[in-house]
Amino acid sequence: MSARKAIFARLKRTLDEVHNPTVRISGADQRIREANANIIPARGQTEGPARAAMFVSEAEAADAEVMRLAALADVPRFVHDILIQAGASQIKAAPHPQLQDLDWTGVGIHYGRGENSDHIGLSVALAGVAETGTLVLASGPQSPTTLNFLPDVHVVVLEEENIAANYEAVWATLRAQKTEGPVMPRTVNWITGPSRTADIEQTLLLGAHGPRKLIILLIDGKNP
Amino acid sequence: MTHEPHCHDFQKGAADALNNDQLQELLNRTLKNGFQKKRLNGMARLPEYDQLRDQARDLKNHILDHLDAYLERFELEVQKAGGHMHWAEDGDQARAIIGDICKKVGAKTVTKGKSMIAEEIDLNDYLAEQGIEPIETDLGEYIIQLRNELPSHIIAPAFHLSKNQVAETFREHHQHLDADRSLEEPTTLLNEARKELRDRFLKADVGITGANFLVAETGTAMIVTNEGNGDLTQCLPPVHIALTSIDKVVPTLEDATLLLRLLARTATGQEQSVYNTFFTGPKREGDLDGPDEFHIVLLDNGRTELLGSEFRDILRCIRCGACINHCPVYGVTSGHAYGWVYPGPMGSVLTPFFVGIEEAHLLPSASTFCGRCQDVCPVRIPLPDLLRNWRNRAFAVGKPGGAQRLALKVWAMLAQRPGLYHVTARFKIWAMKSLAGKRGHFKWFIGAGGWTKARDLPAPQGGTFQSRYQKGER
Repeated sequence: MSARKAIFARLKRTLDEVHNPTVRISGADQRIREANANIIPARGQTEGPARAAMFVSEAEAADAEVMRLAALADVPRFVHDILIQAGASQIKAAPHPQLQDLDWTGVGIHYGRGENSDHIGLSVALAGVAETGTLVLASGPQSPTTLNFLPDVHVVVLEEENIAANYEAVWATLRAQKTEGPVMPRTVNWITGPSRTADIEQTLLLGAHGPRKLIILLIDGKNP
Repeated sequence: MTHEPHCHDFQKGAADALNNDQLQELLNRTLKNGFQKKRLNGMARLPEYDQLRDQARDLKNHILDHLDAYLERFELEVQKAGGHMHWAEDGDQARAIIGDICKKVGAKTVTKGKSMIAEEIDLNDYLAEQGIEPIETDLGEYIIQLRNELPSHIIAPAFHLSKNQVAETFREHHQHLDADRSLEEPTTLLNEARKELRDRFLKADVGITGANFLVAETGTAMIVTNEGNGDLTQCLPPVHIALTSIDKVVPTLEDATLLLRLLARTATGQEQSVYNTFFTGPKREGDLDGPDEFHIVLLDNGRTELLGSEFRDILRCIRCGACINHCPVYGVTSGHAYGWVYPGPMGSVLTPFFVGIEEAHLLPSASTFCGRCQDVCPVRIPLPDLLRNWRNRAFAVGKPGGAQRLALKVWAMLAQRPGLYHVTARFKIWAMKSLAGKRGHFKWFIGAGGWTKARDLPAPQGGTFQSRYQKGER
């Protein structure tokens, strides 16, 4: 008997004592179909300016740096300053149309996946989650996952209107975007602050294997 | 690394730990002021914490009642997304499946994210025997791999080591680096490991991670890390294998979210771990990175049997480590005394199941039944009850034997005869009082060496409990 068959036979033997298989399958199907939210804490139900404010304070509490920009068009200027401060000459950016359409005159920018030689990476977030200051990045041709992890400094563009109050709202966005094929892209990253470890005597140290620094460029909701 | 169980040596392991001043200092500092305090702070920031725990318990119970239905759905969705599903009844099968996948692509090196399942089936030894080099990439796992040790904690594998010990380990194993370099600061140690491992990440042929949860709805597996090592393991090599067990499945993304609101907060007091990564199938068309092949290896290893046993509740466990962090026994013995992969209260429930109660009969007794483990469990597992079940099973197979059993019998005999009990107690009080003399205490007493090492043992004062009770001293 195959391993799979043996495992399911044992499961069936035990589970049949509670519900019959039909009830089990319909129960499971129903829960998946409904995909109901569980309890969403009060802090995950903010609205308007309070939502952005919570996102910022939570992200900062997780050691991310947040810069507020008046408009998307300001991104190259901020990136320029970040490069100067880091003593770097160029940035590797996700080939995202929102970034490609900007005026990068005077800034060394390359597009592509992350490489080990990339000191600074630039991505666009699918969403932010206010309740914990978390960024959500979804992999795809416009957002290579390697860019989120290989560079020393990760700069992420987030539009204020894309800040969701809670994680559930982001799942809903992904489901709504689905046209054909799987709901989920290959990789969805929730990122809350820069990489860290406490494996040496429980001392918190930033910059374990991923970025040592996470900079969020938050674009004002009034002028996307 | 050998995973031969040494659970029967618990008492020796505990004594060694108690005599290790450095370890005691470390445990005292990192548990009470570390994990325990951080959890309290994290809880204080989420008023709904207890409600979420109730909901998480109910969710896990619902999953266990419908386990085959969710596993079938998960498998279907993994395949729809282009992933490969493999089922393994035990460690042998899981190792062989992984070995085959690695050999098929001619793998020489494998990077690994932290996985307790990989520890459970002793994967590293097997890979090495097959001529495939396994490289642990979680900092703690990397350190203990260099030292050829088992993890001493499920979420902090090198919890038992001081920074000086880590420095010594790096000096011994990173021989190509300047022998006179300073390794005083933890940051220096971290940077050295980061540099050593970066190259290995880039060159690995296969990446193996575990999975914290599997989402049936979408065929998604997900991992929780703080370092980003799991991500470099899953997105760089051409092949990604997620090795995990059948109890990790959840119905929907929303259900995974419920458990994720609890996991980090309970484990480390963080609002959220830095990286929660959800992966579904291999690289898609147009993607610039990601693995060409994606495999899920789902291990049973007796869990289907646990499901039908009086230990079923342990299958709710989400591996946060809180029971370990709050156990007064673990707090002085550390993890290695437990003698196998899983330490602390959750380990004392799981280990006898995996290695047999004859080998592990001391573990369920390595508990004061104070109940803190159950108090802090995010999915409300009644750990003391499960440990008590193991004590019953141990007793049924004659463990403990000999002297302990005799002592219990004598006590039971006395306890059922109040008159005799009273006389015996009076004699003992008189004898101890006489032996103690004027000092009124002992610097040493037979069978109480652990006590008298740190403090004097006072001799009993006054009469027996029964006589004092009768006199109205209530």
